[in-house]
Amino acid sequence: MDAEASPPKPQRAFGAETLRSVEALVVPVGSVLASALLFSVFLLVLGKDPVQFFQLLWKGGFGTSFSIQNTLQRSAPIILTGLAFAVPATIGLTMIGAEGPLVIGGFAAAAAAIPLVTIGAPTSVLLALMAAAAMAAGALLIMLVGWLRHARSVNETISSLLLTYIAIATMNFFVEGALRDPSSQNKPSTLPIGKDNMIGSIPGTDVHWGLAAGVILAVLIGLLLRRTTFGFAARVTGGNPHAALAQGLPVGGLILACTAISGAVAGLAGFFEVAAIHGQANASLVAGYGFTGILVSFLARHNPFVVVPIAIIFGAIDASGGLIQRRMDLPDATSALLQGLIFITLLASETLLGRFRMFQPVEAR
Amino acid sequence: MPNFDFKRRDFLRTGAAGLAAGALPLSLAKQAKAAGDLTIGVIYVGPKDDFGWNQAHAVAMDILKGVEGVTVVEEESVPETDACAKSMESMINLDGAGLILGTSFGYYIPFMQDLAAKYPEVVFRHAAPLWSDADPANAGSYFCYLNQAHYVDGVAAGLSSPTGKIGFVAAKPIPSVLSNINSVLLGARSVNPDATVQVIFTGDWSMPVREAEAANALVDAGCDVLTCHVDGPKVVIETAEARGVKSCGHNASQAPLAPNGFITGAEYKWETIYKMYADMLATGEPLPNIVVGGYHNDMVQNTTYGAGATPEAIAAADAAIAALKAGEPIFTGTLKDNLGNVVIDKAYDNYDPHLDGMDYLLEGVIGSIT
Repeated sequence: MDAEASPPKPQRAFGAETLRSVEALVVPVGSVLASALLFSVFLLVLGKDPVQFFQLLWKGGFGTSFSIQNTLQRSAPIILTGLAFAVPATIGLTMIGAEGPLVIGGFAAAAAAIPLVTIGAPTSVLLALMAAAAMAAGALLIMLVGWLRHARSVNETISSLLLTYIAIATMNFFVEGALRDPSSQNKPSTLPIGKDNMIGSIPGTDVHWGLAAGVILAVLIGLLLRRTTFGFAARVTGGNPHAALAQGLPVGGLILACTAISGAVAGLAGFFEVAAIHGQANASLVAGYGFTGILVSFLARHNPFVVVPIAIIFGAIDASGGLIQRRMDLPDATSALLQGLIFITLLASETLLGRFRMFQPVEAR
Repeated sequence: MPNFDFKRRDFLRTGAAGLAAGALPLSLAKQAKAAGDLTIGVIYVGPKDDFGWNQAHAVAMDILKGVEGVTVVEEESVPETDACAKSMESMINLDGAGLILGTSFGYYIPFMQDLAAKYPEVVFRHAAPLWSDADPANAGSYFCYLNQAHYVDGVAAGLSSPTGKIGFVAAKPIPSVLSNINSVLLGARSVNPDATVQVIFTGDWSMPVREAEAANALVDAGCDVLTCHVDGPKVVIETAEARGVKSCGHNASQAPLAPNGFITGAEYKWETIYKMYADMLATGEPLPNIVVGGYHNDMVQNTTYGAGATPEAIAAADAAIAALKAGEPIFTGTLKDNLGNVVIDKAYDNYDPHLDGMDYLLEGVIGSIT
């Protein structure tokens, strides 16, 4: 309908903006329900009880205070890796290698700790320098991807994925060689930073500080991308880089800045794995958090604020996975299947946006 | 006298610790006897049907499932991150588990150590020789020295191989792997002084594509028997069979995968330990903190000989098993590493801690750990 012919006159109780927000909520929630329904069919085919499944999902994810802490602890690293995907996605880059900066960041933190622990540096200095090393290493790795994209037109999806393998191999090379703690015989690791130097839990919980860092960064990055000129320029570039160049936006600089933030955030996730959980760098850093972050960011539609609740839902599915295996005798792939179903139905549901008459303003019908 | 007081305090503390240590297994035993009984939580690092490490544990776990009043809850594919700690805590908090069995190396430090301190009423046992006196008394270890069965593999391979060239696909150059490689060599050399072992490291525990490449490369290099130390030996054994060479297994029985070329394989016998635990739980005895063993106490075994084993290989391998059961040492005499340094200068008992730190490949092994 021609907007000029009939100037928009609100004829309903809800404005266009409200309708759009309702649609943005109803469609994804509906698709999650649809995936739950599909998954129930799958369970029935296996001869299992879907009601029991969802009860256990609730119990293992949120049902007890232990379950909630379990969920939050598991969501901490994937909030950060989700953000690491969301930031470059805003500028139009599909960066699937947050695993790389996480691993290299964790390794850099552990490596930086070795001389500091040896000279007995105070804990605060040690942790600050470890975090700085982790963020710098992660940022450099992903900035390399951004630079290759901008200056050499190398596909960022491929280069970030390949750099993940290089990052893991680099860590293994040093952890199994020059930087190996001789006492870590059968599981090569770097020198432990020591129990006293490790980051404790958020008071009153069993959840490490990585969760708080993730939530704070989600808010900061959300504000940066949605409420600043930098964020506006990044979104314009993501929408159409050629138009952005034509407008005189510093596209190369924006890409480097976004990739630096992405790598630094993923590197920070690696720092928390080392400083809060393992106390040293070893092969356990390669746990797939970087790849789960891709799902989280997609489901959040690359909105940093939404990354947090989505990561918590994924944390809950993960946390309840063990209970479901144990109680229902289902294989460990069950949770992965549920996650995959949610992912596919949500992506498919994107095509439904704007197709329901009930969500359109009256004048547009 | 202040000194006296000090000592008495120390004594009291030690006594209290001793009492606590004694009481822990007791409470476990009580749980086992009471109605409702004992729940055992088991975590595996991979799938329970991996033809390897995890399967060896999962199959043996049936022994514990058969004990009256014992419920076994299991979780597979649990990574060696804080996820394993959370899985164990979930078993304790949501399933009421009183005994936790962690079957992968990386679960112990720091996760099981920390949890044992946090949940003093729960008993923890871990499948690697890592427990020390400094660890909580409710934690503990159990382990089988598989290199003894690999030595027998080497004996059988040395007499079943026309060329004496054995290929070994290995995951990582860490002591337990190096010990298996060196044991295969010593077994083969005990029957064929010219035998060699050529090793390729894949770099990780489960790398099916690289394992296939390594197996093919070893056959191309002239090896006519392949064996391995990776989590799931399926790929190596199947590749050997497809290439028409013989093979020796690892971890669990792979005999069905190679009907033509299978010689024998090194297998854990975790059921011996789990059976012992089951008996102790049934009678209310406390579980020992450390259980290690090999052939002398029936904790490792060799797979029943396959079509690839020659009659003389079978005879020699049986003799080697008898010798190991009698405690005859594998690492003995003067042995050099493949760089020329003397690394063994006397007979070491098969459980000597000195061997736990092995960081060399013996002369006769073709390959490098760096």
